[in-house]
Amino acid sequence: MAPVLQSSQPWVEKYRPKQVKDVAHQDEVVRVLTNTLETANCPHMLFYGPPGTGKTTTALAIAHQLFGPELYKSRVLELNASDDRGINVVRTKIKDFAAVAVASGPRQGGYPCPPFKIIILDEADSMTEDAQNALRRTMETYSKVTRFFFICNYISRIIEPLASRCAKFRFKSLSEDVMSSRILHICSEEGLNLDSEALSTLSSISQGDLRRAITYLQGAARLFGSSISAKDLISVSGVIPQDVVQALFAACRSGDFELANKEVNNIIAEGYPVSQMLSQLFELVVGADDISDEQNARICKRLAEADKCLVDGADEYLQLMGVASNTMRALCNMPEEFSYE
Amino acid sequence: MLWVDKYRPKNLDKIMVHEEVAQNLKKLVTEQDCPHLLFYGPPGSGKKTLIMAVLRQMFGPSAEKVKLENKTWKIDAGSRTLDLELTTLSSTHHVELNPSDAGFQDRYIVQEIIKEMAKNRPIDTKGKKGFKVLVLNEVDKLSREAQHSLRRTMEKYSASCRLILCCNGSSKVTEAVRSRCLNLRINAPTNEQIIRVLEFIGKKESLQLPPGFTARIAAQSNRSLRRAILSFETCRVQQYPFTSDQVIPPMDWEQYISEIASDIMQEQSPKRLFLVRGKLYELLINCIPPVIILKRLLSELLKKLDAELKHEVCHWAAYYEHRMRLGQKAIFHIEAFVAKFMSIYKGFLIATFG
Repeated sequence: MAPVLQSSQPWVEKYRPKQVKDVAHQDEVVRVLTNTLETANCPHMLFYGPPGTGKTTTALAIAHQLFGPELYKSRVLELNASDDRGINVVRTKIKDFAAVAVASGPRQGGYPCPPFKIIILDEADSMTEDAQNALRRTMETYSKVTRFFFICNYISRIIEPLASRCAKFRFKSLSEDVMSSRILHICSEEGLNLDSEALSTLSSISQGDLRRAITYLQGAARLFGSSISAKDLISVSGVIPQDVVQALFAACRSGDFELANKEVNNIIAEGYPVSQMLSQLFELVVGADDISDEQNARICKRLAEADKCLVDGADEYLQLMGVASNTMRALCNMPEEFSYE
Repeated sequence: MLWVDKYRPKNLDKIMVHEEVAQNLKKLVTEQDCPHLLFYGPPGSGKKTLIMAVLRQMFGPSAEKVKLENKTWKIDAGSRTLDLELTTLSSTHHVELNPSDAGFQDRYIVQEIIKEMAKNRPIDTKGKKGFKVLVLNEVDKLSREAQHSLRRTMEKYSASCRLILCCNGSSKVTEAVRSRCLNLRINAPTNEQIIRVLEFIGKKESLQLPPGFTARIAAQSNRSLRRAILSFETCRVQQYPFTSDQVIPPMDWEQYISEIASDIMQEQSPKRLFLVRGKLYELLINCIPPVIILKRLLSELLKKLDAELKHEVCHWAAYYEHRMRLGQKAIFHIEAFVAKFMSIYKGFLIATFG
């Protein structure tokens, strides 16, 4: 890869921790891995947890720290979902790489250089089950010379035989203060001005995902210059302003179908993403005090259905309209289904 | 040349509707520090215009000299090689394509073309390595695999290639892709903005505009600027000078759908259903997208109904549209909706009037 101009490099890459001990908030994992660095031995590993918590960073950092820049190319194979990873690749590429024997050479330049290679499979939950099955035996056969690092969001999508062969590490989603301190660090490096309100907004809209927070920050910095307000961050992040959600909810509460229809039309025309709308509406409904449990249940049920439909590619207007009409019926205690009485 | 193209703003300073976005974009581009961009918004809101203006701002007028190419890619997919054909629109600085045209093989296209672009990077006059821009339309129609494969590719090749993604609903773009781009929401222009643009065009064409005329066009346009300009031009062709009570012709298919709606309201019987089916087929044959038919039909029916029935009809419209998306033959589902509506309405009539 050609050298990247400093300015055009995403901050996510620029501020990616280079060493395992710099990874924020994952104390347990860091402790085990520092131990690994000293003894130069490790089991197969499986990192899982929500996005933006440092899984890939940790895996890359440990590989770099074990082998150093010179040996890295020959000792580490990194595959992710953008590479083809069907069963053929597992059978040929991974197997070939795994089979190569490596000498336990002397330490080079202060790196441990243990006598094995590392295969990092990023986004392993998008691998097909067949491909995962094909890995099982490969892992055992070459365990003397190869270690596998699996990285995934959902551990349930990794087949049991693979999961049981690995040491599992759960990455926690980041707490607010860890996130704030990290963001403040970047702000001071980049010369940005962020008031405390903007900071707390950023932590809340990124929901524990540090990558997202940094991306929003960079987007806002590019668009609005060096002093960033909470409003700028919201406009970059695609979060819907709270008053829009409130307006829709109020329209549903009023029981006036035409009003709700108008609101929905407006939301679509303004181009707000409906999936985002659904999750914000959900928070509002669950947080509201004056809604009975039964009403709550009715609304949430339809919200869940609409979310599934959207994933299937259904039309945004019709789904939001369905949700709005159902919410209205629940709030105004209309019967769930129309009856002819 | 149609007015829509003739009065399309060519650079970021001339944009009349999303001035703020345009100015921000200009700042972004002039700083030579452009991230990946994702434009989303309803049709006719000016996404494409903005994209073209950004490209011009980046590369100067040469970005407008585009040529249409029908490229074939040979792709090595494991055991066999695939031949994929796709039409691209390219200039020396950018390539534009509709990856979803390739169907389920779209992921190969996306990977291949980005890698190819990364290989031959342009070098500008100062000997600095520049970057190319890949414009992807309709990203919301990309398959999940293709979107996944974009994730890492976007990061890896970010030095040599910038992506501009364009879609209607950002719900269907995965979080992973969205979080790697600068998201720009382009909202539909308000009626006042549409009126301003129409009046601007009217002045340039030196037309006499009766008061309230542009407002009526804007109100009928459903907040789509393209549609407003098109119907403005239609009116001009139909009758000039304008009179203040001149009818603004609705789209003929909309007319047709409102006819269908009144057919349905008049009589609910298998015979009438058969008649409606014929009309629906007519629409489908003329390439009106089934979703649009269903949506329009819903809004026509809603106009004529009592409040309590509206909820029910809405629910079923959403239900059948979802089924339509999963299924293959659109006509079944539209017709099922019509039949369902008839049964609900008939039941309601019997219960009310006996």
